[in-house]
Amino acid sequence: MPDLQTIGLSHYLIVGAIMFVCGAVCMATKRNALGVLMGIELVLNGANVNFVAFGSDFLRRNPAYGIGLDGQIIALFVIVLAAAEAAVALAIVLNFYNNHSTVDVDRADELKG
Amino acid sequence: MEASVLLPNLLLFAWLLPLASFALILFFGPRMGKAGKGASYVATGAILCSLVLSLSALMVWTGRHGVWFDEHESGSAHAKEGAHESSEKGEPVKTKHAKNEEAAAKNASKAAATTAGKNEYEGNWYNLVGFGKLKLSIGWYIDSLTVIMFVMVSIIASCIHFYSIGYMHDELHEVTDHEVTLADGHHLHRPGRFHRFFQYLSLFCFSMFGIVIAGNIAMVFVFWELVGICSYFLIGFYFERKSASTAANKAFIVNRVGDFGMIIGMCALFGALGTFSFGGKDGIFQQVRPGMVDGDEHGHALRVPDGMVVAAAEKSIAAGQTPDAKQISAWRNSGLGYGLLIVAGLGIFCGCMGKSAQFPLHVWLPDAMEGPTPVSALVHSATMVAAGVYLVGRFYPVFTPEVLLVIAIVGCITLFMAATIAITAVDIKRVLAYSTLSQLGYMMFALGVGGWVAGILHLITHAFFKSLLFMCSGSVIHAVHTNDMREMGGLRKKMPITAYTMLVGCLAIIGAGLPLVAGLSGYYSKDAILAQALLHRDYNKTFAALFYIAAGGAAITAFYMFRLWYMTFSGKPRNHHCYDHAHESPPVMWIPLVVLSFFAIFVATPSLSDFRNPASGPLVNMLEQARPPGTLAAQTGAWAKVTIPDEHGSHHHDYHVPAGLIAFCTAMSGLLLATAIYCWRLVKPEEVKQMFGPLYSFLWGKWWFDELYNLIFVRPVLAIGHAIAELDRLGIDGVINGSARAVMGFSNWFDAWIDRTFVDGSVNFMARKIFGLGLAMREIQTGRLRQYVVLIVVGTVALFLVATFAIAR
Repeated sequence: MPDLQTIGLSHYLIVGAIMFVCGAVCMATKRNALGVLMGIELVLNGANVNFVAFGSDFLRRNPAYGIGLDGQIIALFVIVLAAAEAAVALAIVLNFYNNHSTVDVDRADELKG
Repeated sequence: MEASVLLPNLLLFAWLLPLASFALILFFGPRMGKAGKGASYVATGAILCSLVLSLSALMVWTGRHGVWFDEHESGSAHAKEGAHESSEKGEPVKTKHAKNEEAAAKNASKAAATTAGKNEYEGNWYNLVGFGKLKLSIGWYIDSLTVIMFVMVSIIASCIHFYSIGYMHDELHEVTDHEVTLADGHHLHRPGRFHRFFQYLSLFCFSMFGIVIAGNIAMVFVFWELVGICSYFLIGFYFERKSASTAANKAFIVNRVGDFGMIIGMCALFGALGTFSFGGKDGIFQQVRPGMVDGDEHGHALRVPDGMVVAAAEKSIAAGQTPDAKQISAWRNSGLGYGLLIVAGLGIFCGCMGKSAQFPLHVWLPDAMEGPTPVSALVHSATMVAAGVYLVGRFYPVFTPEVLLVIAIVGCITLFMAATIAITAVDIKRVLAYSTLSQLGYMMFALGVGGWVAGILHLITHAFFKSLLFMCSGSVIHAVHTNDMREMGGLRKKMPITAYTMLVGCLAIIGAGLPLVAGLSGYYSKDAILAQALLHRDYNKTFAALFYIAAGGAAITAFYMFRLWYMTFSGKPRNHHCYDHAHESPPVMWIPLVVLSFFAIFVATPSLSDFRNPASGPLVNMLEQARPPGTLAAQTGAWAKVTIPDEHGSHHHDYHVPAGLIAFCTAMSGLLLATAIYCWRLVKPEEVKQMFGPLYSFLWGKWWFDELYNLIFVRPVLAIGHAIAELDRLGIDGVINGSARAVMGFSNWFDAWIDRTFVDGSVNFMARKIFGLGLAMREIQTGRLRQYVVLIVVGTVALFLVATFAIAR
């Protein structure tokens, strides 16, 4: 059994930050709309890792601060939100494809000034 | 009640009733009965009440003063034949009112003779304003002349109101005026103006009564102008006709000329005497004829009032000093102030000249015949034009012999000129208008030669017979619808009542009667005038021509009056269309004719007991009661060599008999000549016309007075007016329009500049800047999703850094 004391909150935060950065880079570099959506999922889940980490009794140095399941519940909300966002985003991508026969987000610049 | 209380009150109501009727018709006229027919009943009722009140005033007067003139009462030293005794014996003939009044009057006359006293009443009803000396008041001055005028005006006005109900009935419905053609070629259609006619008649009666009752010259002037405006309205009754509106303007403007003189006279009187009122202790009469209080029987001689002497000697009075009586008397004896008195007299006469249409200002009266005929009968023959004569009579004490001479000369010229013009006139109303002028000339002439009673008597008799003549002519015009006598003829058979009442009028105006026995009313007044003129001739040989012209005028009067009668009523009809159409007028029109012809015959009749003495009639005697002071002694002018004789001198047989014979002969010769030419047709009028070609055209052209005035007054005035209008148009209008245009141009330019530079400029500047900003911002909006993501990340990191390092610290 690994020493729980050696793996603390900062490890989780580092993992979340890496996931967040990866997602952000994915969103910034992918020209495929689906790739961008994947980057969004990464960003959201990076954030979820942070929530869950902050909400865990085990990971907090002083458990007396905690009052319950706040972090977990917000993580659940984020997951639901991500699902809803994915559904809407996929619908937009589908429509975009119908109109432009491509999913390249660089082609979606009709609203530029 | 005392006469001094009763008389003013009776006459006040007689005076104000027509005003009430005027106001009623003014406000409710169109709603009175069908088409305003009720207005005629209101107006007629008012004037009938006035008549009753005037007659009551006459009864009160005779009850207090008697009908008979008493020598001692007026302070005359002359013995007058007959008239004095006639009051005590026999049954006098009274013409004005019912017989039962006579007895009372006769009894009272004796009482009046014993209680000799004032022959006039004066007082004030209401003070309008008072600034220091200047007092304007509504007052009364009542003597027998006032009462007689009231009765005369109300009788004639009543007759004419009745007559007008018949004459004006066309106005009860829509009227088509055939003398007015509109621009589209149709005749004018207009609503009837029945009520308006009666409204003006009522206003006129009120104004006329106002002149007669007025107690001061300022009040006379107010009503003087009121009758003038009524005359204007009534002449212009058919104002759509060009001729009528022109005639109304002419009458009004010519009267202004006379009134200007009257204002000068009033200023002279007020400035020097400090009063407007006639009677009373400080009144004008008392100041001019101081003998009235001194009780001196012969002391009514004219004396230049102190005020006028002081006014004339103003230069020799040191400032702040008041000259004493001795000084004033010395100045007076040196003749100072006399000129001012003459100016005052001439000024007042000037007003009378305008209103009574005397010689230089006579031109308006013939044109005034454009009005409806009842108006001509009431306003332009019987009452308003006689107001000038009345005022001369009222103001008689103020006139110096020089002024009287001017009055006599003006009257003489008028009577002759108008009579000659009447010979050739063919318009029936114009003949009568010129005849009116001529008779007014006679009245003025009579007053000018010293015949006060003669002149006023002629005023009264003339009022009756001339209104009768006018109403007869109106009846004829009503029947044949033309004024032109050449279209008439033979109408006697169609309209006998009109013909014979008119014959009465003609006989009255020529003074027909048996010489030295009796005659119609005109006989007495004309005889008295000629007798006085004869007396005047004996006193003033230089002015003998006046008498001959007046006597000649009598012949011409007879000629033109009978020319009129023959041309209208006798012979064969000259226009069968008119003749067939003619018919006698309805009773509402012919009954007034009969009433008036009764008065035309009998108004001046002497008393039965003393029938041969023309001065014995009740009317003459009542006028004698009002005789102004100073006329019972011959007066000699200080400046001109003229003597105005005492009137009673002309009652002497030496003057009365020859004057009567001369009057008879001249009248008969004129009558015979007219009969010879127009009835027996011994000479054809056309031949006479050809024989005196130039003279005829001179008379036909009315002595070319209109042309003359046109040339010397109207044209220059119009030319000056046009010149000034032109100056106005080119000069003043040019400058104004030019400056207006310049200002407009400048402001247009300036406005545009300000607008463009500042207003538009700032708005455009803002717009441009905002547009540029928008363009700049637009560059950021690239539409590249990935770029946005980078920006979001970079932004978030930046915010994070700021939050960490800037805010947290």
